[in-house]
Parts: sequence; C-alpha cells; structure tokens
Amino acid sequence: MADQTSHGIGGLSYDTSKRTWPNEANVFIALVLLILGFEALGQILPYMDNQSMLLDFESTRDGTILNMARIRIVILQVAIIGIISLGVTQVIISGGIDLSSGPLVGAAAMIVMSFAQTELVNGQLNPKAVFGDWAFDLPIIAPILVGLAFGAFIGAINGSLIAFTGIPPFIATLGMFLICRGISQWWTKGQPVSFPSDQFAAIGSGMMPVVWFALLAIVLALIMKFTVYGKHTYAIGSNEDAARMSGINVKRHKVMVYMIASMLAAFAAIVLSSKNLTAQAGMGQFYELYAIAMAVIGGVSLRGGRGSILGTVLGAMVFGVIQSGFTFIKLDAFYQLMAMGAIIIGAVVLDQYRQRQSSLR
Amino acid sequence: MNDYILETRDLTKHYGGVHALEGANFKLRPGEHIAIMGDNGAGKSTFVRQITGVESRTRGEILFDGKPVRFDGPLDAREAGIETVFQTLALADDLDVPDNLFLGREITKWNFLGPFRVLDYKAMRQATLEGLERTAVKIPNIKNSIRNMSGGQRQCVAIARTATFHSKLTIMDEPTAALGVQETAQVENIIRTLKEAGEPLILVSHNMRQVFDLVDRVVVFRRGRICADLDIKAEKITGEDVVSYITGARTQAGFEDAA
Ligand SMILES: Nc1ncnc2c1ncn2[C@@H]1O[C@H](COP(=O)(O)OP(=O)(O)O)[C@@H](O)[C@H]1O
Ligand SMILES: [Mg+2]
Repeated sequence: MADQTSHGIGGLSYDTSKRTWPNEANVFIALVLLILGFEALGQILPYMDNQSMLLDFESTRDGTILNMARIRIVILQVAIIGIISLGVTQVIISGGIDLSSGPLVGAAAMIVMSFAQTELVNGQLNPKAVFGDWAFDLPIIAPILVGLAFGAFIGAINGSLIAFTGIPPFIATLGMFLICRGISQWWTKGQPVSFPSDQFAAIGSGMMPVVWFALLAIVLALIMKFTVYGKHTYAIGSNEDAARMSGINVKRHKVMVYMIASMLAAFAAIVLSSKNLTAQAGMGQFYELYAIAMAVIGGVSLRGGRGSILGTVLGAMVFGVIQSGFTFIKLDAFYQLMAMGAIIIGAVVLDQYRQRQSSLR
Repeated sequence: MNDYILETRDLTKHYGGVHALEGANFKLRPGEHIAIMGDNGAGKSTFVRQITGVESRTRGEILFDGKPVRFDGPLDAREAGIETVFQTLALADDLDVPDNLFLGREITKWNFLGPFRVLDYKAMRQATLEGLERTAVKIPNIKNSIRNMSGGQRQCVAIARTATFHSKLTIMDEPTAALGVQETAQVENIIRTLKEAGEPLILVSHNMRQVFDLVDRVVVFRRGRICADLDIKAEKITGEDVVSYITGARTQAGFEDAA
C-alpha cells in the first residue's frame, strides 16, 4: 500500500487526502439541511398551508424577510441549556460526564433566589420571603456570588470524588444528581421562591440569556483553544496516562474541570430564575441530558479528547431548530421526545463510526 | 564533571511477592551509550521506571550527575534532565505534533493567568520544526493529530520529543520493537545523532544487530538481576555470547548471585 509521494527516510508516509475535514463543518451542514428540511415540510405537509419556519414574507416588521419572532424563540430556548452545555463540553472532552447539572440548576436557582428577593411586592411584604429582613434587596452581587460559590462547591465535590476515589464520573455525578434534587426540595420544603429585586430580574430579561450564552461561549472557546487549561483538558481526555506521564497534575485538573462545569450550571440557574422571576424545586428537569445532547450532536466525542465549543454551539442550534421545527410542524410533545432520543443515539452512532473509520487509517 | 552521569546502588523493586528488580548496581559514563538486554519479564522496564520516578523504589540509591535523587514523578526526572521514551508511548492521540512534544511543558505567555495562561503556538511550532530537523525526522504535516499517523511516525514523535529538549540522559525502552525496517533505521539515526552530540543513552532492546551497531556497552538483565556487563567495543564479544548470558547459560564473573 506504499503510495508514491510518501517516502522519506524511515518510511514516514503521509497521505494528504486524509487531511481532516473539520467536524464543525458537518454539524453546520446538518443545521442547514435541517432548516431546509423543515421549510420543505412546511410546503409539502397538507395541513401546513405553505408556511415557512424561519422566513416571513408578509410582514417586514424587522426589516428582513426573516421571521425574527420565531428565531428569537429558537435561540432563547437553547441559550440557558446552552450555557450548561459549554461546561459539559469540557467535562466530556476531559473524558468524563456530568449528570448533575440539571438538578444543580434547580438547587442553585432556589438558593440564589432566596438571596435575590425584594422586600415589597405591590406595597405588601414579599409573601414568599425565605429569610428575614436582612436578606431583602441585597446588592446584586450577593445572590450571584452565593450561586457561583454553591456551583463551585458541588463541582469540587464531583471533581474530587472522580479524581481521588477513582469512581466513574457517571456514578459520582449520578449521586450528585439525586443530592442536588434533594437540596432543591429541602430548601423551602417545596415552596417556590419568587419576587426578585429589579436588578436581579434584569440579568435574564429579554434577550439577555442569549447575550450570556454568546459571551460565555466565546470565553470558553478561547480558553479551550488557546490556554494551557484547554490543552490539558484535551490531553487528559485523549490519553490520561500520557497526560500523567507528561507531568500534568491530572487530579487537580479534573477538579477544576468539574468546578467550572458546575459554576456554569449555577450561572444558568441565575439566568433562568431571573428570566422566570421565580425558582421552583423542579427546575432544570432533563437539562443535564439536553446539555449532553447538544455537545454530542455538536461532535464532542463521549470517549473524550475530541470536540469543540464551536461544535457545541452549533449542536445547541441544531437542538433548538429540531425542537422548534417539531413544534412548527405541529408534532406532539411525546413524538418530539422520541424523535429527540433517536437523534441523540444517531449522533453517538455516527461518532463511533467516524472514530472507527479514522482508526482504520 | 562527575565520573558517572547515572549510578544506581542496590536498586530494588518488589511488587508484592514479585521481585521484579533486585540489587541493581549500574553505572553510565558521560556520553556513553548502553544497551539493556534481557528476556521478557527480566525487569528492564521496571529498572527504567525506578530511574524515571514513575514508581517509587523498594530499596537502593540513584545518583544522577553525582547527586542522590528521588524523583516524585516523570516530570521531576524530566526537569532534572532525563528524557524517556516509555515502552507504552505517552502520546495524546487527539493532539498534533507540537502539542505532544510540549505536553506538560508548554511555552506560554501571560503567565500571570495561571492555569489559563496562553499557549505560544508559534514558538512551539518553531521549536518542533527545529527539533525534527535536528533529529532528521520527517513528518509532512505537524498540525495533524497523532491519531492519523503510522506506528513509526508516532514513535518518531515520541523520540523527537526527547531529542528536542537537550537532555543530560535519554532513555528509550524498546523504541523499535513495533517498527518496520525503514522506521527502525530512522530511530537508529536519531540515536546516532545523540551519540555525535555527546548525549548519553540507555537503550532497552532485543535487537542484537542494532545493539552491536549502536552502543558501547551491554548490560544483561535476568530474572530481576544484572548478570553481565559487557564492553562490546573493547572485548571480543559476539551476539552468541550475549544470548548465552540472556538465557542463563552463562553468568559473568562478579555477578554470581544472579545465577
Ligand atoms: N505493576 C506491576 N505489578 C506487579 N508485577 C509487575 C508490575 N510490573 C512488572 N511486573 C513484573 O515484574 C517483572 C519484570 O517486568 P518488566 O520490568 O516489565 O520486564 P521487561 O521490561 O524486562 O520485559 C515481570 O515478572 C512482571 O510481570
Ligand atoms: Mg519491558
């Protein structure tokens, strides 16, 4: 199988046709195809009356032919889970998994909101007050710091369990999943926590979740690509022994990875509770799975070492388009779940297949 | 300069009841190239792992550059100037050549950022190209991930890694065991480059021709003990002699406890 172009001394061969096509490009193509597919369904399905999902020819409210209202809903829908998926992405790249992020959102939202309450609601004392007078109208930094500290704490436990006891990330974070759900229910014995200060409500109002998601995505993308932290995360997921042999402090690094993931989930909780103006014990249900799904759809390999923040952002958009597309073609919610499940499995199968292809050389 | 760049005294490693290495007294002079030979399971890799701090020894002393050392890990050893190509390659498949060369010792800027300090890709790429040139390793595109490279290329990357950083001692554990003829020649070229540069080397190998071509001295391990120390440049020693030491048909005078 010796090819002509390849003889150096020592038989080093290299075939330029094997140059890797960036995986993100595939995800982007999938995104475009999906949009086109839903547009086509809008034209074909008899009950759809030739509707378009993302285009809007009649009204030019926004000065474009895009249906900005729907596009806003699509991205708003994925932004908050998208923030979680940024953290989950680096966990998966490091060779781990984090199942605790959804319940962590619930617990963090309850705790954060308790420190973000305002004293007077329509001239009356806040009916949902969790603490006494001292906790009303605290400076906005207070609930944010409490939330991030809680996230860091949970992440540190996750990371330490995984790094120092050697239990599989799946088990450690599954345990934390239940613990966090318990915390969120125990915090107020199931009562919702509501009525935040105006300042706090501003964090997640309007399109702010999208702004946060975009900002954090850029920061995380830069970190993963251009810093030692990012390089070591890839190295550990790629070959943990090699990373250790190269002198990387693998244990400490894992703790950091899980801490950052949980802090991002806690931040998502801040944005979500601010957006909803309330926190409920059941918040964040399935978020951990959706966050993982975004990453996986975006080409982050569950075996670690491969994937990117850009991929995850595209994966999040695919996720949003699928969800809104299903709603657009009036597919019932239970079909949506089934289809979503099938798509996630499909993405993993595709990844395994690609991996096998590339290891065949 | 010290008489010996590396010296071990009574170096011993037990894994529970397995006496993988027993009382190894070993000396390496500056600039000298030594081969370690011995059957599978003779304790060669164990010896390497004790020197490089991958494991902590049961007993004994290691003197590197005249000073007693006790490395806490391979990074410690590397910082002291010992570069090692382990038998199981320590490469990250998903990273490219410069990333692997500099893994754990990246060139960075903005170091005040701590773990988030910024990688100096340009400097690392430059140093990689220089290192590859120095060792005459040809890799057409260093920006490709290691995964897509042949076994020989991967081995060359691992070896180039040791050769890129001017080290006081290079250790290679069976570097050519899995390689084809041309790739082996390439690795041997790198070893010759080291010899010309006066950098000492410990080469673990089963390849008799290679050993006789490359090194000055052969140390034979048998069942965890050193059983022969052969000056193959000075004395008239044949491959058959070495084999008889390896198999235990003969034991050199002075190493009778290994019998
Ligand atoms: N981590 C370990 N635990 C227990 N026994 C080991 C371990 N590593 C090596 N050994 C044993 O030590 C002996 C020497 O192994 P090794 O140094 O790898 O041999 P070589 O490299 O010469 O082929 C063998 O009997 C091997 O089974
Ligand atoms: Mg060995």
